[in-house]
Amino acid sequence: MRPFHTDKNKFDKNKDANGDTMSDVTDATTAKNAPTPDDALRISDSKASGPVLAADGTPLKKSLKRALRAQKLRALALIAPLLIFILITFIAPIGDMLFRSVENQIVSSTLQNTVVELEDWDPAGADIPGEPTFEALYWDLFLAAEAKEHTKLGTRLNYEETGVSSLFRGVGRGIDDFGEDQVEALEDFDPVWEDEMFWYTLMSGGDGAEQNSRHLSAARERLTTLTTDDFIGSAGFVPGAEISELLPRTISEYSTFALFTVFADEDVVAEEEPWEAVKVSLIQELTSGVDLAGYSGPGAAELRAAQDMLADQPAIDFKQAFLDDDEDWADSGLWETIKLYSPPFTTGYFLKAVDLQKTVGGVEAVPDGEKIYGTLFKRTLFMSMVIMGSCILLGYPIAWILANLPVRTANLLLILVLLPFWTSLLVRTSAWKVMLQQQGVINDILVWLGMIADDSRLVMINNQFGTIVAMTHILLPFMILPMYSVMQTIPQTYLRAAKSLGATNWTAFWRVYFPQSIPGIGAGSILVFILSIGYYITPEIVGGTTGTFISNRIAYHISSSLNWGLAAALGSILLAAVLILYWAYDKIVGIDNVKLG
Amino acid sequence: MKLTKTLMATTALTVTAGAVLAQDMADSMTLVSWGGAYQKSQVNAYADPYKEMHPGLEVVWDESSNEAVAKLRAMDEAGNVTWDVVDVVASDALRLCDEGLAMEIDPNEILAAAPDGTSAEDDFGDLLVGDCFIPQIVYSTTFGYRTDMVPDGVEPPSDICSVFDLETYPGKRALEKRPINNMEWALLCDGVAKGDVYDVLETPEGQQQALDKLGTIKDSVIWWSAGADTPQLLADGEVFMGSTYNGRLFSVIEEQDQPVAMMWDAQVFDLDGWIIPANLPEDRLARALDFIMFATDTQRLADQAKWISYGPARKSSAPLVGQHAELGIDMAPHMPTDPNNSQNTFLYNYEFWADYRDDIDAKFQSWLAQ
Repeated sequence: MRPFHTDKNKFDKNKDANGDTMSDVTDATTAKNAPTPDDALRISDSKASGPVLAADGTPLKKSLKRALRAQKLRALALIAPLLIFILITFIAPIGDMLFRSVENQIVSSTLQNTVVELEDWDPAGADIPGEPTFEALYWDLFLAAEAKEHTKLGTRLNYEETGVSSLFRGVGRGIDDFGEDQVEALEDFDPVWEDEMFWYTLMSGGDGAEQNSRHLSAARERLTTLTTDDFIGSAGFVPGAEISELLPRTISEYSTFALFTVFADEDVVAEEEPWEAVKVSLIQELTSGVDLAGYSGPGAAELRAAQDMLADQPAIDFKQAFLDDDEDWADSGLWETIKLYSPPFTTGYFLKAVDLQKTVGGVEAVPDGEKIYGTLFKRTLFMSMVIMGSCILLGYPIAWILANLPVRTANLLLILVLLPFWTSLLVRTSAWKVMLQQQGVINDILVWLGMIADDSRLVMINNQFGTIVAMTHILLPFMILPMYSVMQTIPQTYLRAAKSLGATNWTAFWRVYFPQSIPGIGAGSILVFILSIGYYITPEIVGGTTGTFISNRIAYHISSSLNWGLAAALGSILLAAVLILYWAYDKIVGIDNVKLG
Repeated sequence: MKLTKTLMATTALTVTAGAVLAQDMADSMTLVSWGGAYQKSQVNAYADPYKEMHPGLEVVWDESSNEAVAKLRAMDEAGNVTWDVVDVVASDALRLCDEGLAMEIDPNEILAAAPDGTSAEDDFGDLLVGDCFIPQIVYSTTFGYRTDMVPDGVEPPSDICSVFDLETYPGKRALEKRPINNMEWALLCDGVAKGDVYDVLETPEGQQQALDKLGTIKDSVIWWSAGADTPQLLADGEVFMGSTYNGRLFSVIEEQDQPVAMMWDAQVFDLDGWIIPANLPEDRLARALDFIMFATDTQRLADQAKWISYGPARKSSAPLVGQHAELGIDMAPHMPTDPNNSQNTFLYNYEFWADYRDDIDAKFQSWLAQ
């Protein structure tokens, strides 16, 4: 690409230059009339400002553009496989991972009705939500428990409010029994309510009845939102139009049941007894005084009889049922958490990643005893700087020696530099344990030399010192190699010239040699710093408590606590920090000043 | 001659029967375990005998149990679960079950009854925690100490509180870098009755109390995160006492002959076992179930104890525990469940830690970093 740009620029410049001086040149040409090498250009320019033409008559600009475009496309086609590969296997997953740091759809997709009910609830008030919210929660949790989604939500909310996990797990076991008394009364009154075929006929309105699939599609959407499976296809059931008008809630629950039975359980609707939630919804609608007088479809007599019978039964108290299951349902903290985390996107993870938390009153700092991420971020940056610094100090002389030795010796030494690369990282790290521990090699030697007493051996591992030592060793080659390759290109004659002009050794080095080696230091520093900021294994093994990095917490949240949202937020912040530092480096030193060789 | 014929006929029959069955079952199976001596015990007790019964079956081992939860979740999200049977600790099984990543099981249906006819559910008893977990062994997290570092004229430690007693037993301790177990031990040694430990630990004050107690020895603690750390620290003489899994200590003491002894007081029982990933294709599920049925029967669980000092999860296996296959020593006294060892024990409280793990871990890590 590069030569093309230059050529094009040159061409543009020529043209500009010609354009600027056009009037003079034209005068001169007419006056002198002697041929010069650039006559062609001049003539074309003078010809009534027409465009420069290529050999085939098309404007030169256009034909050049075409040629360039073809070149570009060819280049693009060449890199396309790699580009697509990186996009699919690297950028997309990372983007997806980072997206998790704000994504929070699980609450609103699992508690679809509850979230709507909670919109009007004021968490700052003294009361927990009322009966309608608990009823909505019943519909949501019943379905979630059938689809085994409730424990996922429990785990999610448990990150914010301790105890939700077992609360949801427990209610998943008990929710079948909510409204048990009324359901049993109904079934005892007329066993037909346990008959799957009767239910099917009642809900579908019988053969040839007018149909209404509105509730069915609503149920389909509800299930799709909840489970991410698709429930597309024929369910072998369409609600009857008349009964849909009369008992919308029951139809909606039955439709959900029907779809779930067909697509998730792979059974036939008409052969399965409906869920308790369907019966509960029927009881709710019958007791709420629905007018059955005009209804003449299937099961009309049974419905009327059931309505009469239920009039004597106590209403189902959902709130009480939840509280009987676990008194923690009355905890206002739980409801605040559900309300706070009901939007599909949340800043909660990011706030937590900087030791803040969402509360009803706004954003607050977490209690002192739980602050950790701020400390870890600062420590990670600080220790990475220290590691980078010690790599520069240790690596510079080695790189200098390597660059100034005869090639044969230098290559031999270079192998020694590279040798650690060929050893497993774990082995190298564990070797440092053996070296630095209290009963280790260094302490033994110091005791043997009598420099320290046997009972006051130095603590050099499982702390910051150990991490810095081990990581400096591990990352040193990344510093030496770019320095070495840059120093190789600095002619030794420069130093000699400086000295012959009267510079002292130091001045020659500091004013002549060092400035030329800065690109190598820059490249090495960026490599070492960025590698160490995300380092994980070595701090985990030798870091103890004061030498661990933020990456260790990220690893914990990815693999152990499964709080991927928080891990993603921590990772995003780390990424942002690196980008900012990179930008700062560009501003201060200039990224053009980085050379790998 | 006759015998040979009969044998051949039987073999032919078995092979035919096997072939018929094999049509429905996948002919390869990926098992996930922890690697090391533990996986070796599973290979010897379960996988090798099973492979003998099913020639042609390919068994692949994946040593990923440590990250099983995260990996299984990632596989599930990618829609390509390659594991068939996964060995996890009970708390991870609970988590996988909650996440819908592990298959729910009916113990009486998929597990063999005991030889005397006791149903699997009764044979495993309380160890069937959660809806997805198939228990395999009982292990415990307990302390080992260097016998040669016990100060002169002092009784060797036999009480959990000696961990917190730096005056009588000076020296470093190795504790796991997580709150679980450490918090319980701290409260126990801070005067909280064993029955009240979790009630106290539920409250912020109780959590602070436990951290304060741990704070009294914080400067003398090396925190470990891999089970192999403590045995190494003990062998190097870096620590005087340290907590780890009892099987690791067994190998330090009996196999490597180090001057280390067990302190069983207040050992915390935990369970390890199998789960089957949710939504396996039919042929692979059939294979996994067939393997599980075999690998968790009474004899097989007892066999595993020949190779590693973990207690079989079935009551009916306990009397069958014999001698170590290589060292030839009786294994029963080395089991965490042995009556002499289990006079004072804890059972890992799965429900409690499922709820409080995130919260207490945040406090614990913050306290560590201070």
